[in-house]
Parts: sequence; C-alpha cells; structure tokens
Amino acid sequence: MNNLMNDLYPYFEDLSDRLLAGLNPGEDLSLNIAAEESLFVRFNKNAIRQNTNVEQITISLRLQVNHRSVEKSRSLRGQLREDMKSLTALLDECRHEAAQLPTDPHQVALANNGTSREEFRGELLAKEKIVEEILGAANGLDIAGLLGSGVVIRGNRNSLGQNHWFATESFFLDYSLYNGPKAAKGNYSGAKWNSDAWKKNLSRTRMQLEMLSKPLQKIPAGKYRSYLAPAAFGDLAGMLGWMGLSAAAWKQGRSPTKKLANGEAKFSPLFTLSENFSMGLAPRFNSLGEVAPLQSTLIEKGSWKQFLVSSRSAKEYGLQANFAIPEEFPRAIDIAPGTLSEKDILKEIGTGFYLSNLHYLNWSDPVTARVTGMTRYACLWVSNGEIAGPIQDLRFDESLYDALGSKLVALTDHAEIDPAIGTYVARDLGGKRAPGAIIDQFTFTL
Amino acid sequence: MTTLPFSPEQEIKKLIGRCEWASLRYLKETSTYRQVRNDLPEKNESMTDEGLMVEVLANGHFGHSATADLSSDGIARAFEKAMQTTQITSQVKAFSFKSDDRPPVRGKFESPRTKKLDSISVAEITDHLTAATKAMASSPLVVNRLAQATLIETDSFYFSTTGSDIHQNFNLIAIDFSATAAEGSENQTRSWSQTGQWGAEIFDRTRFVSEATRIGKESVALLKAENCPTGKMDLLLMPDQMMLQIHESIGHPLELDRILGDERNYAGWSFVQKEDFGKLQYGSKLMNISFDPQQAHEFASYEFDDSGIPAKKEFLIKAGVLQRGLGSQESQRRSGLPGVANSRATSWNRAPIDRMANINLEPGESTLEEMIAQVKHGILMRTNRSWSIDDYRNKFQFGCEMGELIENGKIVKIVRNPNYRAITVDFWNRLAAVGNLGTTGTYGTPYCGKGEPNQIIRVGHRSPACLFRDIEVFGG
Repeated sequence: MNNLMNDLYPYFEDLSDRLLAGLNPGEDLSLNIAAEESLFVRFNKNAIRQNTNVEQITISLRLQVNHRSVEKSRSLRGQLREDMKSLTALLDECRHEAAQLPTDPHQVALANNGTSREEFRGELLAKEKIVEEILGAANGLDIAGLLGSGVVIRGNRNSLGQNHWFATESFFLDYSLYNGPKAAKGNYSGAKWNSDAWKKNLSRTRMQLEMLSKPLQKIPAGKYRSYLAPAAFGDLAGMLGWMGLSAAAWKQGRSPTKKLANGEAKFSPLFTLSENFSMGLAPRFNSLGEVAPLQSTLIEKGSWKQFLVSSRSAKEYGLQANFAIPEEFPRAIDIAPGTLSEKDILKEIGTGFYLSNLHYLNWSDPVTARVTGMTRYACLWVSNGEIAGPIQDLRFDESLYDALGSKLVALTDHAEIDPAIGTYVARDLGGKRAPGAIIDQFTFTL
Repeated sequence: MTTLPFSPEQEIKKLIGRCEWASLRYLKETSTYRQVRNDLPEKNESMTDEGLMVEVLANGHFGHSATADLSSDGIARAFEKAMQTTQITSQVKAFSFKSDDRPPVRGKFESPRTKKLDSISVAEITDHLTAATKAMASSPLVVNRLAQATLIETDSFYFSTTGSDIHQNFNLIAIDFSATAAEGSENQTRSWSQTGQWGAEIFDRTRFVSEATRIGKESVALLKAENCPTGKMDLLLMPDQMMLQIHESIGHPLELDRILGDERNYAGWSFVQKEDFGKLQYGSKLMNISFDPQQAHEFASYEFDDSGIPAKKEFLIKAGVLQRGLGSQESQRRSGLPGVANSRATSWNRAPIDRMANINLEPGESTLEEMIAQVKHGILMRTNRSWSIDDYRNKFQFGCEMGELIENGKIVKIVRNPNYRAITVDFWNRLAAVGNLGTTGTYGTPYCGKGEPNQIIRVGHRSPACLFRDIEVFGG
C-alpha cells in the first residue's frame, strides 16, 4: 500500500464487503482494523541510536452465532487475493471453534451504532530534517528520547451496517535532558511540526535542567507538603484508571474505589474527573462500534457518579452501559482544574517538594487505594517559597483516599494535556488532561 | 514444516552489494487466549502476527524497516525505506558498527514438547478451565473465579547477506488462575500460574483442580487473617516472589543498554557502573546468578538471539560478585564489557534490544524446613501482587498475596497484605540462606516492558526459596 491514509479505507471497505457477503444465516460479524505507518527514531547522548520504519495493518473478526463468540485477528499484507484467502480461512476457524463452545449468557448482540468518519491530516517533520531540527536544536545538550511520527488508523464495521473510521497523522517527541545524573523531562507532540514551538519546548526543559544545578538536598523520608506538577498528578490520579473506574472490577471484588462507590468515603470537593472525548485524543467508538458520550463525569466534587460500564458488564450485572471499551479502562481522562495560579505555586508549597514527574506507580494495598511509586526527573526541595535545589529520589506510599481527599489542598487553574505515547505493539491513541496539585503531608517512605 | 511466504534465497540475493550488510527476520506467531470466569466462557480469541524486519548496515549504522507486505515488492519497499532513513540518521550515529557484529550463523531450534499444541481442542481446554473455576468455589465468599490459558506457537527465520540461516520454532504456554474472595469492603486474591515451553501435555486436569481448590480456600482464609506485622524482621521469599525480586533488582540493572544510557528516557538508567564489573559485591557469597537460555522448558529459552548470535549459559554474578552484564554483541562493542546473546525483539515490527531471557538463581543447600527453623521472628511471603522500583533500580517496594508468620522457627499463622521495601545491593547482601533444588520453582512472564518504541518480552526465572535477614516489612 503506497499511502495508508488514502488507500486503507477503500481497501477495508472492499475486504469487509466480501466477508460480510459470505456470512451464513444466523451469523453476525464485527470487523476491527488497526493500522499505522510510523517512523521511530531513538536518541541517546544527542546521537541516533536506532531508527525503525514500521508499516502494519491488523484486522480482527468477531463472529457471533447461536449465543457463542469467537474473535480472531491477524496481520494483513495489503494484497487483496492473499488477504481474502487468509481471512476466509480465519472466519471458518471462528465457525469451527464456536461450534465447540458452551453458550455465553453475557454475550452482547451486535447492533448498528451508526456511522462516523474522522480524518485529521498533519504536517509531519520530513525525515531529511530530523538531524538538523532535533539534534541541531539540542546541540551541546545530552538528549535521550524517541520521535514517533506517522499515520494511525482505527476502523470498525459490522454485519448490522455499522461503519466507523478514525485516521490521524501525528507525532510525539518524548525526551529528557541530562546533566550527569540530573534530568529534566520534555514532550513535544501534535499534528503539525512547528520549528519555533519545538525550540521553545526545548528551551523550557533546558531551564528546568539548569535549576537542577543547585546543591543536592538530602531530605529524609517523612510527610511533606508537596506540589505535583500536571504530569505527576495525572499519573497519581490516573491510577484510578487501573481497575478503579471499572464496573466489572467493582462487581468482581477487585476495585480499589469500592468504598468511594459505596458512599463510605469521599474525595475532596476539589476533585472532579471525567472521560472527555472533546479533547480529540481518541476515537469515541469502541471495538463493538458503540459510541461513548462526548463527556461523562465519573467523580464529581469528590463524590462518586458512575463507573465506566461496557455493554457486557451491563448485561451481566444489570447496569446501564456507557459504552466503555471491554477492558473498562478510561481513554480520555480529564481532571478539572482549580484556582491556584502558576505564580503562586512556590508560595503555596512554602516548605516542601516540587515534583515534576513520578515513576513506576502500583497499588501497594488495593483495598485502601494505597499507591506506591518514585519521584523522577526535576524534583526540587522548596524552602520558604524559594527553590533550594534538586532532591535525591524518594519513594512515596499514600492512599488516594488521603491524597485526593483531606490532604488535597489546591489544584492549579491550568491543566495540561498529556497525550498517550505508548507504543507497545502499535502507537497508542488517547491521553489525559490534569492540573497540578498541592497535597499536604504526602507520605515518603524510603 | 513451515512454508515461508517468500523465497529467502531470491530476496537476500537482491540485497547483496546494495549495502554493507543486510538481514531479513521473518516471524509468524499465533497466540490463542481462552478464558473462563465463574464457570462460563468469557474469552476465546487468537492473534496471528506475521511480518518481516529488514535490517541494514549503512555507513556503519544499523537501521530497520518492518513490513507485513511479504511480496517481493513489499520487501523491496521496506529495504528502500530502511536504506533511505539509515543513510540520513547515520550522519549522527551513536556508534560505528561493522558487519562483523552480525557473524554468519546457521542452525535450528525447537522447544521441547511431547504433544502438539493443536492436539487439544477448544472444547477440551474450556472443559479443563471450567473444572478449575468450579474447584475454586469453596465458599460463597469467592466472588470471582478466573482461569486463563494462553497458547503460543512462534516460527522465527533469520537470513543475512553473509549467509546466516536460522529457524527457531517455539511452543509456549501460560496458565493463570485467580480466586478473589470479598466480604464488606475487604477483598483478597490468590493466584497460581504455570509458564514455560511446553506442548499440550501441560493440560493436566488433576493438577489444575488441585491448585484451583487450594487458591480458592486460601483467598477465603486471607479474608479472615490479620494484617502482616510492621517492623524489621527476617524474610523468607518463595520462588513465585523470588522471580520478581530477581527480575527487577538483578535483571534490569544489569542490562548494558541501560548502563549505556539508551533507556534513560523510558525504563531508566542503572546504579551499576561499567567499572563495577568484576568488583561489586552485589550480594552475599551465597548468591550465584546465571543467564541460561538453554534451560529446557523455561519460558525464554532459545538457541539464537534476534541478531543471529548463538546463546549459551553465562554467570552474571558468582559468589555475590558481579561478573558480566546483560548486553548483546552491540552493547559489548560499545561498552567493552563481556555480555551474553540477548539481542531480542518483541516481534517482527521492533528492532532488537538488550533483554533478559532466563535469569536464574542457582540452588543452594538448605531445605525449606531448615530455613524456617533459622527464623526467630519473620515472614514467609508467596506470590507477587505489587511491584515498584526506581529508575536506577535501587529503592524497591514489593507486595505479596500471602504471608505466613514465623515465630521461633515455626510457622504460626497466615497474614494478609504482606509488603517489604529495601535498597538493592544492601538487600542482596542480607541473603542468609539459599534453598536447595527441592525448594526451586520455575516461573516466567510474557509482559516485561522496555524500550523505545516499547516492547514486551518473555522472560523466565528459576529460583529456590531464599532467606534474608532484617528487612523492613509492613502490612496493609
């Protein structure tokens, strides 16, 4: 395929038309396609360590027949004759396996959830300019990171007539700058590469790195007033997305927000969390082609409002679906900002920590929603409203019922978008938006 | 017999003379997932991942281009893309390599199995998994009973312009059971897993039912148990927690690409410095760690890495002293340090990087009873449930599903929510006893994440039970 953005839509239409035409009576079929044409360039010490071009298309067929479901996926070659041969065989395998399975009482019948088509064209950095634009701008700096750039596509059709398409050209440059072991984190992402915007982004990160040249502050473990910058607070509150917002996890006894959902506990009235597709980070349709509401408030002013509920959970547990993805992870978290202005952050910290980033978060005690993790990158000790210097990284261990509850003092009046830059298997879509937060008596243990 | 969808001889012939060196790495992998929850089928899915990675050496820089289009035109286009990009990026390459870094190798490997994976039907697998979830239902308090089976068949071929010709065929299986008991706002989960290179012979209904019955009962017992005590005490880790301990605090910090800084922007750096090799007393003299890709049935066994280098067992740590890093041929050249054959890629669509394979702790001489008898006050911990470590791999905190309180050399009761935290080198120097072969367990995970672009990889860890002195332990 010479141009994925132009060529894949008609190709998917053709393939799916042929497969749908071959269905037997009583069979329903859902088809999902995911594709990308990406260039990845990996940097270390202001040089290029690895470069990889990736062109891939994956299709999945979900056959539903006699209350049984089988889903099979495979890579596509982009050659119609070869691909039709593989997919016809795959559909036959689905039929063969479905015949051997017991019935599935929680199966969600396929439906026609409408038609949509969204395409976002970008202006990406030409590969000939990568060296000059990125490494030229970072000349003299120790930069490490990854440029990911290209087309990402998701599509869905089914035998009931549903048809959704989402295609975007975008890039991210996720990087960090180093002065020996001290590091500052930056990310420049978007759809249109702008040389001036990139240089400004780099300059901001460089200023952060310069702040780290102050004397190292050795602060012992303990409880400290802490400012979590948007990336750090987004990661901490984003832990809720790991089983905490899932209706199935709640019903299956695995939810860390059980007390919140049951009304036995509340977060701070400052805390409101939504899933917000109006940020344009991810398609609203899921693998069943169901279209989620543009915005759903899940936690409002500290009180539980609703879980993410897939149609399967809705059927199993008698709930109202809000068309979450089957795994019931959030796709576009949006945390409402507060009133703290940027110029007042250091004054509001007083004496305590300014934490730019966190690292390797995990539930340490799910029942009490306790999370552990590390500080990382530009984390500073603030003394009487003045930056004293960088800290040695510390481990924290704190319950979200406290950190997002009585210990949450203020949220900044600005929130920052943190686009998903994950590239496991393929480039992710989605992301989150979060403000910065002041948390009192935040617990550090090691 | 696997039939390739292209002619490797013809395609390689077209590349000779057009660059300093090139290879074609073809991979076809079919992963099948079966899941039963609360005695009902929940997931029956499979994924066939098939494609080709073209690797070129241009101006002393290795570059890559991946495609699923396996026609001659598709392969030619991937080669052109790799060359175009690499000629640009080689202007500022991190290191200058030679074709000698990809020596010509020929060979085959097939993971051991006695029954083919496709010899067991979907109906039989579903029946086995359903029997397991039924066996977990020892009490109405067990609210979620899950049994999963993942079956993977991989064919990997590697050809180069200098004559490499390698075929490896892997059969891999991961079985995972979990039982969650809940009452009020409390819940506790116990799990059991078995991973390795096996065929369908691994489906042993009697064993499945036995393990499922045990974890169902233990999840209920944990609901009623007291919280793990807090304080400094002895810690006896069983193999299903040792695997995580080895993985996070030995495997990752010894990866040479981390030490060289490649991973600084993602997974992180390492506290280990190049000058530490041959000198650093990483742990007590009882500690012997090996990289062992030739351990039969272990999850990450192979004969050749994804850069075509033959793999063999090497000691990373001997009598507690750091000997060797987890670094591929490329990392060995860049660092000047000894390494291993661990250039591995998650699939055809990613360039290989330094990865763990099977990283094992060699057995010692103690029986489990002898180690328990040595403990005046301590906790035995089983099965990882929480893991976190800093980006230099120093400060870690791990949690387990189940603890057992040891007082005066005897287990007195089970405790829930056991956790511990420590700093890597200090922790391993507190290793006071290493269990014998009879205490050893072999585990693995398909989900070790690393790299930019991101890659997951399969790793194996074989370890005996181990005793550590005076560790900071705490509960929920």
